[in-house]
Amino acid sequence: MTETMASTCTDEFVSVAGERLHLRRGGSGAPVLVLPHDIGNPGWLPFHQRLAERFEVLAPSHPGCDQSSRPDWMRSVRDVAVMYQSLVSSLGIERAVLVGLGFGGWIAAEMATMAPGYFDGLVLVGPMGVKPAEGEILDQALVNYIEYARAGFHDQSAFEQIYGAEPSTDQLETWDRNREMTFRIAWKPYLYSQTLPHLLGGVRARTLVVWGSEDRIVPRSCAERYVQAIPHARLEVIEGCGHCVDMERPAELAGLIEELVAS
Amino acid sequence: MHLMYFTEQPMSAYPADEGQAFGNTALMFSNRHFDPVEGSRLYNERLDEYLYAEEMGIDGIMLNEHHNAPFCMQAKANIFAAILAGMTKRVKIVLLGNPLPLAENPVRLAEELAMIDMISKGRLVSGFVRGGGQEQLATGVNPAFNRERFEEAHDLIVKTWTQPGPFRWEGTHYQHRVVNPWALPLQQPHPRIWIPGVLSTETIIWAAEHRYPYIALNTSIEATMRIWKTYDEAAEQVGYAPGPENRGYLQRIFVAESDEQALENARQFMWMQGEFTGLAHPVWSSPSGYFSPERRRAFVEFAVGRAISPRGRQSFEEQIDNMQIIAGTPTTVIPKLRRILEATRPGIMALWGSDGNVSHEDTKTCIRLLGQEVMPAMREIGQELGLNSPFEADAPVSLDATREPAAAGAAAG
Repeated sequence: MTETMASTCTDEFVSVAGERLHLRRGGSGAPVLVLPHDIGNPGWLPFHQRLAERFEVLAPSHPGCDQSSRPDWMRSVRDVAVMYQSLVSSLGIERAVLVGLGFGGWIAAEMATMAPGYFDGLVLVGPMGVKPAEGEILDQALVNYIEYARAGFHDQSAFEQIYGAEPSTDQLETWDRNREMTFRIAWKPYLYSQTLPHLLGGVRARTLVVWGSEDRIVPRSCAERYVQAIPHARLEVIEGCGHCVDMERPAELAGLIEELVAS
Repeated sequence: MHLMYFTEQPMSAYPADEGQAFGNTALMFSNRHFDPVEGSRLYNERLDEYLYAEEMGIDGIMLNEHHNAPFCMQAKANIFAAILAGMTKRVKIVLLGNPLPLAENPVRLAEELAMIDMISKGRLVSGFVRGGGQEQLATGVNPAFNRERFEEAHDLIVKTWTQPGPFRWEGTHYQHRVVNPWALPLQQPHPRIWIPGVLSTETIIWAAEHRYPYIALNTSIEATMRIWKTYDEAAEQVGYAPGPENRGYLQRIFVAESDEQALENARQFMWMQGEFTGLAHPVWSSPSGYFSPERRRAFVEFAVGRAISPRGRQSFEEQIDNMQIIAGTPTTVIPKLRRILEATRPGIMALWGSDGNVSHEDTKTCIRLLGQEVMPAMREIGQELGLNSPFEADAPVSLDATREPAAAGAAAG
């Protein structure tokens, strides 16, 4: 079963662009928008809880993923970025810190290019969205749901703590639905944009790019490309950690975010 | 009855042990095992067999295509169709069919098919399919839009065939600012469209709503009866009563001079690890978004190995018992075919006569016995049971054609 700490967050559905976005919120302080992986957001996790000690954490599920409704018209990751821009604006948030995990990192980077003054900090964790100079982004179409989710973890016990050793069939259905949505908006080129690298120079937020040294989903060259293209960016490599740094090393990642905001 | 000959055109000349070791041979089994010298031989043997089938009195030749897999050598059904258009004189050329979602330019498909129809002097039957899950991956086409692309490409092709150009197409998946090909089908209003399938209810209903014959691909008798029930209900909704001219059936069959020889060759239907499309990889054959949301649960359980394939698997012996495979001399097979015809009442019947490593010589024997002994008997049974083909029934090519009475009559080829 999914391990959540539901008592410390609220659950709501927010209407954006005619769709229902599932949003978990918790904590208080400066707003931090956490954009999840392509496999979805399984709940209010230790990472969210840890961040909520210092910030107001907003953890949505992508349109078409988890419990969020699917915009049949949606065709690109940039569309998702615009939806999230509408979301923060409709919530009356003036400025925010943006944290993007894997696939969510791509969306966060798009947002930071389209509204450079809006974000006080940008944290991209194993971000997809740019074509790797070396290696390839793992093709989930060729592996099953459990294999793909497990490939995001170097420490398999961390996977099992969240999803269980044998994830439920309900979880498999959620992964299938999320995978379908990923295909709908990022099929070709697969999980990267050919135009985003040219726009990253306009990002003004202080940027931290985090990459797990054992990431089997996104090659290091993607993280490096972001660091080269964004003006105020640095790379932090987490040794002995896989793609899902938020689930394997929640406290360490939350600490890095706090440092970036404090600096 | 319309009686067709079919083969998957197996690329059997590869190291079988390598295929066994790799497991799922559709999509990722390396083409370093593909031998073009053997490929050339096999293509030419198949061509020789098709010409022989015409000589032996077969009504139609059914063609298809697949990608990245040894179970089928045809990468483009229209290529063999074009060859047969020029080299044969009488047989219908039945494509079952072009996988529409794989096309980036359906207008080009409409042109190619129009050329085949003209060169063959109006002998084309232009079936359309969605393509298997692996085909989407083999061609890099988004599986999540498979059905939308199928329907839109179909609409564009039919419009290209039937409405004078130039016109503009601003669709969801296809946009063409100038549609005006200088190649139009000879058959009016357009070549017949038949829709083959095995599983998907949406496709059966879609075919029925268009009044296109549905060809059940070697489904069990019970499953076939369920397909006709679904089809008939959808047909009733749009206002017509379907008959045998709306129903087709593909039967695996091997006929030889002795029952023993026939059974031995029929075992080759199991050559691809027991499934005729090769052992389906549970993920590659069902990419997310490809199957209907109602079947999501069954497919995700299959994908991680918690359930058997929703498509089902049966042993050779079971398939002989339930007649999904028929083998024997003409005397043995005719009564079995009668039972299938009585139960399922198709006006179109495809006989899949050879697979795997069956020799060219044995295949020709099978074709000869089919053409000269089995098919004449089937035609008699068909007449007795009133199983008229769309040609014999002079059925309209589509529901739309029934709304344009002037054009409908000229459709029969």
